[in-house]
Amino acid sequence: MSTQNRFNWQKAIQLGGIAGLIGVLIALVGMVESFDHRDIVAGAISMGWTMLLLTVLVAAYFSASHQPSKSFSLVASGITGFIFSLVMSLLAFLIENLDLRQILVNASPNLLKILTLENGIPNGLISLIVISTIFGILGGALYILPAKIRKAISLGLGMVAFLGLMEDIIQVTIASTGSGNSAIGWMFGRGTQSGLSIIGAIVVFGVVIGGNLLWGTNAPKINAQVSKMPPNRQRSLRILGYGLILLVVLYLPVVLGLYLTEVVNVTGLFILMGLGLNIVVGFAGLLDLGYVAFYAIGAYTVGVLTSLSGQLSTAFEWNFWWALPVSIFICVMAGVVLGIPVLNMRGDYLAIVTLGFGEIIRILALSDFLKPHIGGSQGIVNIPPPDFLGVLLNKPQTLYYLIVAGCILALFVSQRLRDSRLGRSWKAMREDEDVAQAMGINLVATKLLAFATGAAFSGLSGTILAVKLGTIYPHSFALLISINVLSLIIVGGMGSIPGVFIGGLLLAGMPELLREFAEYRLLIYGALLVVMMQVRPEGFWPEETHKREFHEDAPDVTPVQEAA
Amino acid sequence: MQSLKRFSWTDIFMWIVGATLLLLIVIGSTLTLQQGKYTTVQWFDLAVFGLAQGSVYALIALGYTLVYGILRMINFAHSEIFMSGAYLGYFVATSMQRNGFLQENPLLGIVLIFLTAMTTSAILAVILERIAYRPLRGAPRLVPLITAIGASFFLQYTFRGLFGTQNRAYPEIDYIRGAIPLFGDFQIQKIQLVVIIAAAVMMASLAFFVQYTKTGKAMRAVSEDKNVAALMGIDVDKIIVRTFVLGASLAGAAGVLYCFMFRIVTFYMGFIPGLKAFTAAVLGGIGNPPGAMLGGLFLGIFESLGPTLFLDGLGIPAPYQLKDVIAFTMLVMILIFRPTGILGERLSKTKA
Repeated sequence: MSTQNRFNWQKAIQLGGIAGLIGVLIALVGMVESFDHRDIVAGAISMGWTMLLLTVLVAAYFSASHQPSKSFSLVASGITGFIFSLVMSLLAFLIENLDLRQILVNASPNLLKILTLENGIPNGLISLIVISTIFGILGGALYILPAKIRKAISLGLGMVAFLGLMEDIIQVTIASTGSGNSAIGWMFGRGTQSGLSIIGAIVVFGVVIGGNLLWGTNAPKINAQVSKMPPNRQRSLRILGYGLILLVVLYLPVVLGLYLTEVVNVTGLFILMGLGLNIVVGFAGLLDLGYVAFYAIGAYTVGVLTSLSGQLSTAFEWNFWWALPVSIFICVMAGVVLGIPVLNMRGDYLAIVTLGFGEIIRILALSDFLKPHIGGSQGIVNIPPPDFLGVLLNKPQTLYYLIVAGCILALFVSQRLRDSRLGRSWKAMREDEDVAQAMGINLVATKLLAFATGAAFSGLSGTILAVKLGTIYPHSFALLISINVLSLIIVGGMGSIPGVFIGGLLLAGMPELLREFAEYRLLIYGALLVVMMQVRPEGFWPEETHKREFHEDAPDVTPVQEAA
Repeated sequence: MQSLKRFSWTDIFMWIVGATLLLLIVIGSTLTLQQGKYTTVQWFDLAVFGLAQGSVYALIALGYTLVYGILRMINFAHSEIFMSGAYLGYFVATSMQRNGFLQENPLLGIVLIFLTAMTTSAILAVILERIAYRPLRGAPRLVPLITAIGASFFLQYTFRGLFGTQNRAYPEIDYIRGAIPLFGDFQIQKIQLVVIIAAAVMMASLAFFVQYTKTGKAMRAVSEDKNVAALMGIDVDKIIVRTFVLGASLAGAAGVLYCFMFRIVTFYMGFIPGLKAFTAAVLGGIGNPPGAMLGGLFLGIFESLGPTLFLDGLGIPAPYQLKDVIAFTMLVMILIFRPTGILGERLSKTKA
């Protein structure tokens, strides 16, 4: 057909317009400005600009994919970039000439400066247009390249961005260990500059591309060699791998220092909750939005039982290790009690009712009604740190081991449960309750066990949180925690245990490291959930059965043993 | 099968919980009334306030119910659509207040605020449907729900980013301030009267629209059976968009009314009313518009009178803090003991 060989103007312009609107939105919610302080490549490109250019790149890539031939693709992507820059220029023009700040708080002169590269309206806009068009064409070029090279390049760019973002943390860590400062100091910006130096960026990019291409050609051979080995050799190789990981995990806080260990601890608590919610949502398919309730119950139980403040009506002043099992037991009971009312509810109703439960717990904790017992809005203070064989676990570095122990326990339990009879019942129930019941699965017991196990993990996490902070407030247990945890298991892949770790590192760890990011955390999570559900509903590290469910039309993949 | 299960221990547990709550309500109310701390005028004020609040809930609940009736999904982001209308309405209201337009032509001004809010909400709902929900027709059941949750937070924090974090005070409109004296000591706040009347008018027009217009009939047909409706020549996608527009404009109007009453605008203002409105929709029977109206009004009054009536007599300090607890507990109890709601015919169990 003749129409198929024609240049697709409509798509090119449409995508440019959409990209432009996204760019305007990114700029107006304030992300460009607040991310601008962080350079990825020192003196050359900031995080704020990276977000805009990434938008162009992606839009141009899709624009190129709608064209019939390669040369058309390049032109189309250039046009997309150009249209994008026109929309952005319009924004800059409006900021210059109208007082938008009355309504849109982020339409500031500073934003204008960033958009025009500090060159003022006519000159700066020309550079904006040129840069966007070039990046558009680059996006198109990326589409034309063979898949293997494209993957390597994206990985290289991603690595540069990652190292650039993490620059200050890497620098601090290196400085604290004392050695190697001069060895890799050239990679980073000097003095107050942040991000990689230009040479550093080029080297990282080159090394990653080279490594990726080498791995791409050699990986099949290595894998083949490993699978040719006798089973006991394979087994010992795997044990060696686990041993290495364990060694690194145990040694980590010594290397990381105070601040980073704290970040790891927060991530660990989220992973612990994620493992629990993964059982409820991922295995059993019960969408629980009130998951924070158990986190709160765990924290409050330990708070009430161990607090030394003397402000509560009853002073137990127990030892942490006595309070811990009691707290988990109470969480399990709470899981059952809150589970019974929702036994007959499915999907949407379950979500809303559990959300209501979460709110009920928070409001009760906040109310004057229970104030004499659990402290009301002032919370519970003076919760003593636990004492382990004479070592007081009051520093992030020592608490780290408590959290790691919790995570390993939860990991072990959920992995064993997944492969057990109960785990299979959960999955059967997730796929179809009626069929599961017809197969002889006791729905009541199975569901309650899912709620109870999930509650236990969450309670453990809350318990550790209480002794970690030493004080707990009702405000620490808002709905947002549930949403955070839900996001992390969805991004990682529902029902996938390694996915929880991936999601935890991405969604709980990263925002702790990038302080500017924290403000936009839920904005980005929300967008991520919407995009993930359309593009990759099975998550980044999907569970095999889920993957098949979401891609029913795809040919059946041979079941691969899930790495853990 | 069902009859064998009827007396399982979980059911017995729930019956005990239900009976205890009912007993507490009865004892609490009796004690409160015996103590006689509150006068009839105070009860009347509370009831009228509850009615006004309930009208707002009812308007929002209609959006949930309409969308649920057609798509069988809870549009979690509906509360943010409500918020968006309130926000844009606020900007129009403040600018008109500043240049004096609102004082000179109060009626026209108020109509303008409503138009802005309703249009904003409707546009946002159309965008939302197009980008987030439409590609997911026929996806596994958790997928649209998670999308809706994500969209809800995305919208909430986008508004926070665009318009700032501060609580903004809604301008006072002199035209609807003050109270109208009724008989004796009884009086009624003008604002509450406006809210009740406006909501009643809108609900009546919606009922007319759904019952008698061509689009309304098509909507009912689609909610009955999408495939058959499509065979009858109804453009299902178009009807879905119109349903979203209808629900969203009601939510936008509810946003304005809510602001008239509580005079504060924030980016998170949608969450709690949204949850309450959902409760109202379930209470009335989800998928059933008259049920949503009834459920909204009932919930509003229940929530306004409830804390004082039930809890005060039991000696619980600051019972008003617990009003949300009462509302959510009621939601759970309804879903357990009467999942079809007051008027509903759809079972949460089979269709959710």
